[in-house]
Amino acid sequence: MTSTTDQVANLADLAATTLLRFATAGSVDDGKSTLVGRLLHDSKSVLTDQMEAVEAVSAQRGQEAPDLALLTDGLRAEREQGITIDVAYRYFATARRRFILADTPGHVQYTRNMVTGASTADLAVVLVDARNGVIEQTRRHAAVAALLRVPHVVLAVNKMDLVGYQESVFAAIAEEFTAYASDLGVPEITAIPISALAGDNVVEPSANMDWYGGPTVLEHLETVPVSHDLTACPARFPVQYVIRPQSAEHPDYRGYAGQIASGVLRVGEPVTVLPSGRTSVIEGIDALGEPVDIAWAPQSVTVRLKDDIDISRGDLIAPSATAPATTQDVVATVCHVADQPLAVGARVLIKHTTRTVKAIVKEIPSRLTLDDLSQHPEPGQLVANDIGLVVVRTAEPLALDAYADSRRTGSFLLIDPADGTTLAAGMAGESFASQAKPAEDAVRPDEDGWDF
Amino acid sequence: MTTTVAHVHEETDAPYALSHLDALESEAVHIFREVAGEFEKPVILFSGGKDSIVMLHLALKAFAPAPVPFALLHVDTGHNFPEVLEYRDRTVARHGLRLHVASVQDYIDAGKLRERPDGTRNPLQTVPLTEAIQQLKFDAVFGGGRRDEEKARAKERVFSLRDEFSQWDPRRQRPELWQLYNGRHAPGEHVRVFPLSNWTELDVWQYIAREGIELPEIYFAHEREVFKRNGMWLTAGEWGGPKEGETPETRLIRYRTVGDMSCTGAVDSDAVTLDAVIAEIAVSRLTERGATRADDKMSEAAMEDRKREGYF
Repeated sequence: MTSTTDQVANLADLAATTLLRFATAGSVDDGKSTLVGRLLHDSKSVLTDQMEAVEAVSAQRGQEAPDLALLTDGLRAEREQGITIDVAYRYFATARRRFILADTPGHVQYTRNMVTGASTADLAVVLVDARNGVIEQTRRHAAVAALLRVPHVVLAVNKMDLVGYQESVFAAIAEEFTAYASDLGVPEITAIPISALAGDNVVEPSANMDWYGGPTVLEHLETVPVSHDLTACPARFPVQYVIRPQSAEHPDYRGYAGQIASGVLRVGEPVTVLPSGRTSVIEGIDALGEPVDIAWAPQSVTVRLKDDIDISRGDLIAPSATAPATTQDVVATVCHVADQPLAVGARVLIKHTTRTVKAIVKEIPSRLTLDDLSQHPEPGQLVANDIGLVVVRTAEPLALDAYADSRRTGSFLLIDPADGTTLAAGMAGESFASQAKPAEDAVRPDEDGWDF
Repeated sequence: MTTTVAHVHEETDAPYALSHLDALESEAVHIFREVAGEFEKPVILFSGGKDSIVMLHLALKAFAPAPVPFALLHVDTGHNFPEVLEYRDRTVARHGLRLHVASVQDYIDAGKLRERPDGTRNPLQTVPLTEAIQQLKFDAVFGGGRRDEEKARAKERVFSLRDEFSQWDPRRQRPELWQLYNGRHAPGEHVRVFPLSNWTELDVWQYIAREGIELPEIYFAHEREVFKRNGMWLTAGEWGGPKEGETPETRLIRYRTVGDMSCTGAVDSDAVTLDAVIAEIAVSRLTERGATRADDKMSEAAMEDRKREGYF
């Protein structure tokens, strides 16, 4: 009897656990697949039939041990070529937390893949090979994490078994990476010495590294605070859809449906609607059918206002005291994600929150080389995986925050109006390129020089 | 030795935390509303299975107190569980929804599809599904697919662009950034939308329990006449089983998924309540599809191949 009760209590706890979204980044031979496989396997997230399938295919290919990479490479072409083509999403859980892992390939199209994975991540795991230390690719991963403003970065120093589990090797790599990533503006860095192959410090603490007193990778993932800075920011409520039942029961109901992008909304609060600038007061908030006094990001709610004013999809409701300015001249850092280039003069669509407007690319002042963080002025165009500063003129005003202040209301897509292709991922605000330095002067930027 | 550098470290602000179920619910509602705001004629694929039931429940919440602004589309294989069809019709009536049915049996009767030798009708759903989408001019089609179900599904976007033949090309997928979903499509193309992408089987069950959502009875343990084929307990019936050499027997079973009777296996279970079902799944060492879907076992890339052809 006791055990049944315990089980139900545990299940209730399970439903109340929080969600952590994280992304992994690593070069081809750093052991990323092994780390992911080890995390899934040792946290008992690989079920018998999945493991049997992996064992069967491995045996069929004549491999001696089950190839854990087969757990994550899902497509025919990926298995044929033994590479990861595209971001895949994995799900696993412990008693403390649920995890969504964006498993990003470290290969060829690294930048757009990592940008995709990092855009929704609360944490990024950057993997290095202890024998090689911090290499160009590691710097690139750190720069993308900084650019995307991923709140937490874990440096997993892998293959410690191949360097005799030496503390000095780990300490040197951790110090170099931490200094570099801090300069880029990565807010929190945790370095962990691991061996994904042997299982040291991934899920179980290592018996081979007594000198290490920190958490295992899983322990850290379970305990790192999930980003709540969304609720500390000024409130932003992009209107998605207007709900008007016009039924006998609700003849006058007019609610603005949306997901709170940042901050907290309260009944009775004076608000401004952008871009029109009209003002009103929040009369009621319905949290999926239930009236509440207060709601916060990222809840999906419906807001009712005291005054019957003209509001439609694409408008932004914000507290009058902290409403953002609107602009038609957007300065932003973009990561180009399409195969077709983006050139000065291109006519595009910009999708910002729930608003899509026409726009034209006025200037591309600079392109960043992630390899050495050097700036190339006036490149004329951006091609796949390029990161650059752009100036875009929009047909209608946008209520755009700086990406540094809000990942949700500071981000946008550039879309090709001809075929709908997503061209670029945009992050609004002055950036590294505002203090662009010539390519040959590729020194590490000073602490305040990087404001993505 | 610990090397944590904390430039910014706010203590968790407990009143503003969201449980993982609330976070998933909020995200799914956001996806429903995006589609309502951006498309002309969306439709929800509704099979009467738990995932589509949760989808409908989320859609009802997303637009309350207004009605759901979408119709439902059911691809009827002709071998559905009667309890599920009864549930479907009752649900449609209760919420005043519109239901379109695309019938595999009609296609077979008209000679447009041929019964497979193994009697499995799941792969036959693709043609009626894609033709219904074209004929009724749906431009967004909600599916209950979850990325945790299968390795090809793990690669699926929330907004998945399909060409005029409904084909999925994993190499041509648009990167999906932040919560900015790009639903642009050419005439004739449509977008498959998966609001439950980030949910796991356990999340779905916990949400059903939390929200008190009613399910078809076949999800709970009951006695049923079944027989064993390819290692799975299939329901005996006129659809084509048992054949010679297959012995029917009455067992206490339940279903983890709802699909065509010819390829949906039952599991031995005495779980008659939601709590018992959740406890059973929490300790199960088999995936949902591994335990109960014959069609996914046809080849290593069965799901990918069907998805490429237009399956949801």
